[in-house]
Amino acid sequence: MTPAALMDTLQVVALLLVGAGATAVVRTRNRVRQVLALSVYGILLAILFLAFQAPDVTLSELTVGAVALPIVLLLAISKVHKRAQPPEPARPARPAQPDRKPER
Amino acid sequence: MTSRQRLWFFAVAAAGLVACYLWAFAGLPGFGHYPGPYGQVILNEAVKQTNATGVVSAVNFEYRGFDTVGEEFILFTAAAGMSVVLRKLRGERAHRPADETGSAAAARPDQAGSAIRIPALLLVGPTALIGWWLASHAQANPSGGFQGGVILASAFILIYLSGEFLTFRRLSPVALLDAVEAVGAAGFAAIGLAAVAQGFPYLYNFLPLGQTPGAVSSSGTIALISFFVGLEVAAAFVLIVGELLEQSLLRQRSA
Repeated sequence: MTPAALMDTLQVVALLLVGAGATAVVRTRNRVRQVLALSVYGILLAILFLAFQAPDVTLSELTVGAVALPIVLLLAISKVHKRAQPPEPARPARPAQPDRKPER
Repeated sequence: MTSRQRLWFFAVAAAGLVACYLWAFAGLPGFGHYPGPYGQVILNEAVKQTNATGVVSAVNFEYRGFDTVGEEFILFTAAAGMSVVLRKLRGERAHRPADETGSAAAARPDQAGSAIRIPALLLVGPTALIGWWLASHAQANPSGGFQGGVILASAFILIYLSGEFLTFRRLSPVALLDAVEAVGAAGFAAIGLAAVAQGFPYLYNFLPLGQTPGAVSSSGTIALISFFVGLEVAAAFVLIVGELLEQSLLRQRSA
């Protein structure tokens, strides 16, 4: 396989993975899992950008898409969840895990 | 509107979208064949003109420096707006004495297990180092202050992930973050104005470019601007995440 063909293959695989990843994010119903899927999707996008020879965008996507955005979303979700819950009389030893709760 | 009418409405709109999309698609240049001269000119001239081997940084902080000032102030405004909005909420709850008496245990709701704590703490140093290097060596690497700043901020977030909220807060007091963010944003603008004061256009690269392309002393204002951007971005991100953390902790304490 020539280097050019190898690069083409890599690019096609990266594109397919990004398509699959985006679908997985949309199809995930649980919000916390959706954020984790979004983080993985960010890594896939970073691989795509690297395969298309854009190392600077790769670094941006890795830092913002795979790390910063999921953290901000997780914090926002945890905040909204706590507001929705009635205050409990006693604090549980471990905080209630949001992803155990049914979505609807 | 009946569902049948709605379906027709959708069919017409979708057909129009598909037609326009395909029409636009047919006019695109071939894959990997960018027709404009700009990219080729930059590739040929950037290293010679700026002595920066990281051409992306040269474009971001020199050729397109004015765009980057705007980008930086977007983040600055976002962080400032977030602090203003969330601070108001915090003030509302500060009336309750229960919020103020949060013990150390209550301030650390996420008692991370050692499987998370140890890797997170081990990664703090390397993460901070990579972020610092990216932000301060923009002339030689393909990114610069934005990416470096976010990575630097992730080092602080790792400290929080390892269950050390109090350490996180002690290492990043809000007053210091505000100051660093302001210095970063103002530094960028000031470098541009310094060029104007000497009779050059705004953001003109007036510093000596050095001898060796890519060396620490090369590229003039490019590396300096990137450093200020790194400070601004890191402070802004730690500020945003810190404000959000504080929010969720306050709920936890009052619950």
